[in-house]
Amino acid sequence: MLDETQSIKILPLEALHITAGAKFGAFAGWNMPLSYPLGVMKEHLHTRSQAGLFDISHMQLVAVEGAEARAFLAHALPLDPDLMADGQSKYTFLLNENAGIEDDLIATRLSSTRFMIVANASRAVEDVAELQNRAFGFDVTVTALPRVTLALQGPKAEQALAAAGITNCPKSFMTASEPRPNWFLTRSGYTGEDGFEIAIPLEEAEAFAAKLTSQPEVEWIGLAARDSLRLEAGLCLHGNDIDADTDPVSAGLIWAVPKSILHDGLFVGAKAFAKLFADGPTHKRVGLKADGRQPVRGGVSLTDEQGKPAGRVTSGGFGPSAEGPVAMGYVRTDLAAIGTRVLADLRGKPTPMIVSPLPFVPHSYRKG
Amino acid sequence: MIYFTEDHEWIRVEGTIATVGITDYAQSQLGDLVFVQLPDVGASVAKGDASVVVESVKAASDVYVPVNGIVTATNEAVVANPELVNSAPEGDGWLWQMSLADTGQLDGLMDAAAYAKHIA
Repeated sequence: MLDETQSIKILPLEALHITAGAKFGAFAGWNMPLSYPLGVMKEHLHTRSQAGLFDISHMQLVAVEGAEARAFLAHALPLDPDLMADGQSKYTFLLNENAGIEDDLIATRLSSTRFMIVANASRAVEDVAELQNRAFGFDVTVTALPRVTLALQGPKAEQALAAAGITNCPKSFMTASEPRPNWFLTRSGYTGEDGFEIAIPLEEAEAFAAKLTSQPEVEWIGLAARDSLRLEAGLCLHGNDIDADTDPVSAGLIWAVPKSILHDGLFVGAKAFAKLFADGPTHKRVGLKADGRQPVRGGVSLTDEQGKPAGRVTSGGFGPSAEGPVAMGYVRTDLAAIGTRVLADLRGKPTPMIVSPLPFVPHSYRKG
Repeated sequence: MIYFTEDHEWIRVEGTIATVGITDYAQSQLGDLVFVQLPDVGASVAKGDASVVVESVKAASDVYVPVNGIVTATNEAVVANPELVNSAPEGDGWLWQMSLADTGQLDGLMDAAAYAKHIA
């Protein structure tokens, strides 16, 4: 029997997407626009050359507020909130005691007592519960905020945002502001392009989305192109490339953990993390390029040239800007050097893949 | 005569030679194609074989052989330019030609009117 938590969730702006001709599909319990009449390929390329608009309201904005917000976050996440400037955003994780990645997050410091966290749709309920759990004893509240969240990505994102009425945007990538009461605007994204994520109160969202889509450089972009964009940018999808059984060390995401807490942090998972960091990983996340034209997708297993298990592909597909198949996955540390050849088992046919640098398409982040 | 399968292939029969492709509906569901793998000319194929793979940006899909026979030609133009299947699925975007081993197998397939109902 279906209860409310099992029924599919509907985006607040779903009617707009239906009008725009979206094809829908289920993702992380939500009925999501997968593509629009433009088609995945053109949606992808439009985002790289103009401005793509994504409805990412399936993601969860969480407010962390209170006198002990910094102490709480230093315990709950591998962060050093004292080192963050007001308005600064950081990529981080919710780790378990084994340093496994329960979710990857963006945390923003708005003031010494106020932070915002953006959580993935598939983990939102668990994340909020776990953060509240970790908040026990701290003078802090953890509150899930109902918002419509839009991502506006691409070289013309700033121009389109200004035309829609927001001219005082954050000036460099991974900084944030609150341009209007209960709005939250970060210069960030999941495409490798410059761009913004804008959380908007429900009652103001439709009018603002209409302002954005009336700009000639803005097109709606679906989840399928979001996936090919982030894959080309070498960005992880939680549930595919990282999960509770992988850790920041093997995932090559140590850069997200401040140096001051690499060895003797006090965050949940710090002991396991320090050991992994000291010992080094058995497998590493790498970029993988297939020799031919056939995409190699997530789930395919890899062997070395002697036929011994080498790892697995965790995400893969066709990169419209890379103009060929692109993939990422985990390989044994001894096979992780750029240029190493591994073999993908493609429907029983061994297909050569070359360990390649990430990202496949250079990032175009604004440095301020 | 053109026949259609439940799996969204079309098959155009001229004498004992059939040309096979995917329908416009199928290409619209798959989205932009980026890779097409065709069988070898001379290969013996049987109804239901998944001997052809088409891949879009989103996913890989099998194309099923609609009737028994032997592959007589493949469309190399779609291998070089998979987008042709999107732009002309029922024309220049054909996939392969085959001789028919058993024309009786055509009886179970749909005509255009029945296929239109099938995808409605």
